[in-house]
Amino acid sequence: MKIVVCVKHVPDATADRTFTEDGTTDRDAVDSVLSELDEYAVEQALRITESGVDAEVTYLTVGPDDAKDALRKALAMGGDRAIHVSDDDIQGSDALGTSLVLAKAIERHGFDLVVCGMASTDGSMGVVPAMLAERLGVPAVTHLDELAISIEDGSVTGRREGESATVRVQGTLPAVVSVTDRSGDARYPSFKGIMAAKKKPVETLDLADLDIEPEWTGRSAARSAVDTAAKRPPRAKGEIVADEGAGGVGLAAFLTAKKFA
Amino acid sequence: MAEILVLVDHVDGTVRKPTLELLTLARRLGEPSAVYLGPGADTATDVLGTYGAQKVYVVDAPDVAEHLVTPAVDALTQIAASSGPAAVLLPSSLDGKEIAARLAVRLEAGLITDAVDITADEDGRPVTEQSVFAATYQVTAHVTEGVPVITVKPNATAPEPAPATPVVEKVDVTFDPAATATRVLSRTPRVGGDRPELTEADIVVSGGRGVNGAENFAVIERLADALGAAVGASRAAVDAGWYPHSHQVGQTGTQVSPQLYIAAGISGAIQHRAGMQTSKTIVAVNKDADAPIFELADYGVVGDLFKVLPQLAEEIDRRRG
Ligand SMILES: Cc1cc2nc3c(=O)[nH]c(=O)nc-3n(C[C@H](O)[C@H](O)[C@H](O)COP(=O)(O)OP(=O)(O)OC[C@H]3O[C@@H](n4cnc5c(N)ncnc54)[C@H](O)[C@@H]3O)c2cc1C
Ligand SMILES: Nc1ncnc2c1ncn2[C@@H]1O[C@H](COP(=O)(O)O)[C@@H](O)[C@H]1O
Repeated sequence: MKIVVCVKHVPDATADRTFTEDGTTDRDAVDSVLSELDEYAVEQALRITESGVDAEVTYLTVGPDDAKDALRKALAMGGDRAIHVSDDDIQGSDALGTSLVLAKAIERHGFDLVVCGMASTDGSMGVVPAMLAERLGVPAVTHLDELAISIEDGSVTGRREGESATVRVQGTLPAVVSVTDRSGDARYPSFKGIMAAKKKPVETLDLADLDIEPEWTGRSAARSAVDTAAKRPPRAKGEIVADEGAGGVGLAAFLTAKKFA
Repeated sequence: MAEILVLVDHVDGTVRKPTLELLTLARRLGEPSAVYLGPGADTATDVLGTYGAQKVYVVDAPDVAEHLVTPAVDALTQIAASSGPAAVLLPSSLDGKEIAARLAVRLEAGLITDAVDITADEDGRPVTEQSVFAATYQVTAHVTEGVPVITVKPNATAPEPAPATPVVEKVDVTFDPAATATRVLSRTPRVGGDRPELTEADIVVSGGRGVNGAENFAVIERLADALGAAVGASRAAVDAGWYPHSHQVGQTGTQVSPQLYIAAGISGAIQHRAGMQTSKTIVAVNKDADAPIFELADYGVVGDLFKVLPQLAEEIDRRRG
């Protein structure tokens, strides 16, 4: 079977992220990495191949030139090949535009299963997997803590923690799934893996290769716009006291003054 | 006046609080119409009317219970086509966001997720406010094309009654073939305890790795009960199996914005901050004076949580007499 894993190259979440003047994420301000939450998607895809299912794993990213780094990192963890869609006209896309490009690339490659992260650590909308399923006309089985493929039944089954219930869900293949950071720790690339990744094929595509008109994506096609982006003012410096036996009583006085107690 | 569709979040006819918040916000934009899926609409209509629903669309079909998400998308697409709403509001839950995502594709409409406030611009169109980048930025945005589809976080506003007598309209929806749907095999409801829900609570008391054991969470719970608070936990505490994931605060847990957040034995990693730093007042108890959580704290105690928290709980009880 063909597994496509969608991975995103994102500004490092532990650095100070900012906006450019036109209200999009400033990708030059900080180093970018493979989105941590997509490592879990890579891990689940690799576990499927290791469970005896005969599968080829292809990584897919949509992003500027350096997004290739995310593909190399994933390939170093395992898997077979990668596709990088890069085009100046994609710049500034919203989730609708991004999902369109991803869907066209997935259709062109062919797929039985698409694995995504639960959310990208920069945009963190968590909507691309559902949009992909909608565009591809297949079920979305998302936010899974646990995931199992049955080739005989042609289905994917999983467990998700909803807001008020634990739900066991199932979709028929082909399907789009997304996995959480509770699905299983992602492996570190081994030295051998890093060397092997250099030889794995990475195909670069542009919009024309995918029969996408430039005006269907990018900033001009985005259906929402940021008006203002303001850094939260730093919190005023608080009162920090060392506990010398009456720390709890002192804290109670603070809470009473604030009318909490 | 423009119609605003509000997707009702309910458990067997009991409407959840975020829906009342959505109805309250919808009134700033136009006339709210509630979209109710599944059985139990009769019991729900009263409360929906109390919070200003002028209309309740009821879709009651077996598909709604058996499948996840897509029946709601089918219903909303059909109702939007016939009613021409000025916006569609949904709760920022897992299902709510997924419904919104598919709906936006079908309607070719702009999508905004996780709004923490909505106001109307001079033309009455929605302007949203969101917290981004681990809540370090506050962003305002609007939809530029199509019917704005907006998901709203719990606690975005206080529900305000505005009694109306809604017109109830039963809608027959043509559902997509089951092959594109996700089937629900089983649903195990989580038993909510007596404490307030994380997203709805005015006060949250959270414990981290410093709590050092499942049984020690009693210390956190004791303080939470003295304050009438919800209990939260860091990912470290959840991963260790000390407290359920449904209580995790942070990037991959729940994002909370209470009046008061107390972090005990939590270092204050960026992923934890992402879920709590919009809280109005923040208090930290940590034995490491250099813990980054103190950068956020309005009041911090450098000390052992096992000494400070019990003393605090007792003092609160004493002050309350
Ligand atoms: C993709 C991703 C997503 C994540 N999502 C989340 C998330 O949603 N929520 C989340 O919380 N984290 C999340 N994390 C994890 C996060 O990076 C931190 O590892 C985590 O928050 C640490 O939890 P902690 O503060 O409890 O533990 P630690 O960082 O180990 O801190 C424990 C603190 O307790 C203090 N302490 C110890 N004993 C005592 C005592 N007796 N009295 C007082 N203080 C004491 C110590 O001084 C220390 O500061 C995520 C990480 C990643 C990579
Ligand atoms: N530009 C992209 N390239 C590849 N995959 C992406 C991209 N954007 C989003 N995804 C996938 O969709 C998931 C959810 O992203 P989001 O909806 O942006 O939070 C991510 O975890 C990725 O698996």
